[in-house]
Amino acid sequence: MPRSTSNGAPATRVARALDVASRTVLAAVGGYIAAALTTAGLARWLPIPRVEAVVAGMLASFAVYAAVAIFAFAVVRVSRVWFWTSVYCVPLAAALYLAMHGAGV
Amino acid sequence: MNGGLRQSMAWLHTWVGLLLGWLLFLVFVTGTAAYFQDEITRWMQPEVHGQHNIDASAEGAIAYLQTHAANVEQWSVDLPGHRAVATTAFWKEKGETFAQWRDHSFLVDGHGQKVDARDTLGGWRLYRMHFDLYYLPVLWARWLVGLAAMFMLVAIISGVITHKKIFTDFFTLRFGKGQRSWLDGHNLSAVLALPFHLMITYTGLVTLAAQYMPWGVAAAYDKPTQYYAEAFGADEAPKRSGRVAPMASITAMIKQARETWQGAEPGYIFVAIPGDANSLVKLTRATDAGMDTRGETLTFDAATGVMHARPPARGGARETESVMVGLHAGRFSPLLLRWLYFLAGLTGTAMVGTGLILWTAKRRLQLPDPERPYFGFRLVERLNVATIAGLPFGLACYFLANRLLPIGLLQRPNWETNGLFIGWGALCLVAIVRPVKRAWVETLSVAAAGFLAVPVVDMVTTDRGLFVSLWRGDVLFATFDLVMLAFAGLFGFCAWKVHHRKDVVRAGSKKEAIA
Repeated sequence: MPRSTSNGAPATRVARALDVASRTVLAAVGGYIAAALTTAGLARWLPIPRVEAVVAGMLASFAVYAAVAIFAFAVVRVSRVWFWTSVYCVPLAAALYLAMHGAGV
Repeated sequence: MNGGLRQSMAWLHTWVGLLLGWLLFLVFVTGTAAYFQDEITRWMQPEVHGQHNIDASAEGAIAYLQTHAANVEQWSVDLPGHRAVATTAFWKEKGETFAQWRDHSFLVDGHGQKVDARDTLGGWRLYRMHFDLYYLPVLWARWLVGLAAMFMLVAIISGVITHKKIFTDFFTLRFGKGQRSWLDGHNLSAVLALPFHLMITYTGLVTLAAQYMPWGVAAAYDKPTQYYAEAFGADEAPKRSGRVAPMASITAMIKQARETWQGAEPGYIFVAIPGDANSLVKLTRATDAGMDTRGETLTFDAATGVMHARPPARGGARETESVMVGLHAGRFSPLLLRWLYFLAGLTGTAMVGTGLILWTAKRRLQLPDPERPYFGFRLVERLNVATIAGLPFGLACYFLANRLLPIGLLQRPNWETNGLFIGWGALCLVAIVRPVKRAWVETLSVAAAGFLAVPVVDMVTTDRGLFVSLWRGDVLFATFDLVMLAFAGLFGFCAWKVHHRKDVVRAGSKKEAIA
């Protein structure tokens, strides 16, 4: 059972359901976003021919997805995983946006 | 924290494994069967004779197309892989799409003769069901299967973390101990082939990565078509000149392709605007010619037979992708390795099946009221019966339909597939209406009878029955029938075991009865 307090399961039924829901959304949606951004970043910035970089990104993506999914359920406080996934995704998304629509890095 | 990680991973493993477990079971069963898709196709087309012969097949197919489809847009010739005999060829007329290919398709045997075999999709149907499912739009089906594969990947990782004694469990199998035995069986089937399970799940995701993760293309290219042009070569669509020019020898082009590929065979011939002076011939290397399954395509001028420059070689990433897909499909593998693939696939099927049963075995002892289990429990229990016994019976029905449906039946291949789902559906009904233990015994017995019927019906309806095949040394037909008998034995044994199993007495039930 996933845990959100430091000494066991969340106190109430509702808290437990919310905890599981939060982890599930993080694992399924957050994991996919992290994987998609990784793929896009590798495709854009790996210093190899871009057709190779695209495929390299695809190959790596599922490992990223699985890692986020596992962490979403492994870590005691789910808010931490939300935090670290955001720390990974938001700057990456911003850099990709700038690269594609702005300066053209 | 005290056992915290292992506990949360065990929870994750349980639910990730359960939610799409039945779909995973189907993916494993059809995927395992697909390792022998060429052999299944040969068994399902008993009219096709002769040996595998690329040159004779290619010449025969092209000659037929030249006579019967001279002025069309395209010809396609799907040459047999090293374990197959029959060639499927078809043409496309102006304005048609590839979805209509079956309207103009025909079959050529190993002597290069057009042959009127019964209409079937054979093992190919099972191969496609592995990721396209059936009765569903293909794209949806692939998303669903991809999701199941992601679940599987997470289930494998969390399952390994959960494991305390991965080495000891390798040698542990205790029979007749209820839940403990199911756990041992689950551990054994999972751990024994763990590298295979991990490889097959990850490479499975890779096979459809272009659909699941198109974001790299979006980030690096303005248009997806640019990516496909770079990845698979700019599509040289030739323009009609209006001048007629006969096609040069296909055998000579195949010879040149073989020399270019150090002896590897072509697997696919494509001819654009056949008969025109600008016509092009494309030969793609066979998918089973190497571990990297994505073969190179060579282009020739049809009229002169002159080969164009080779496309640039793939780099490391794309070569890796090609090998990963090759590892997944196992097309390169010789017969012994193919049997290992098949066994590993069966082990994966057993892992999913025992995992599903374990879910109920574990909870049955803790039911508040064993007479009236809660809805979720009953749902899982019934779905287990319906899937684990029902789907294999569906496969037996698929093979039986191949032998029993009238040869001239319209849409025959689809009716064979409907046969699979009708048989499966019938056992689903049994699983719903009967008491659960009786449902297990009855569905497993029916599955056993179904597999037993396959060689019998084969013997009655064709001249290639088991005894004749053994007598003639027709290894493929004999092996197919013997494997059917082995499955009949397996399901019969399971039915017998369940029938004689004592009902598990709940730990606390006697006390409760007294109180």
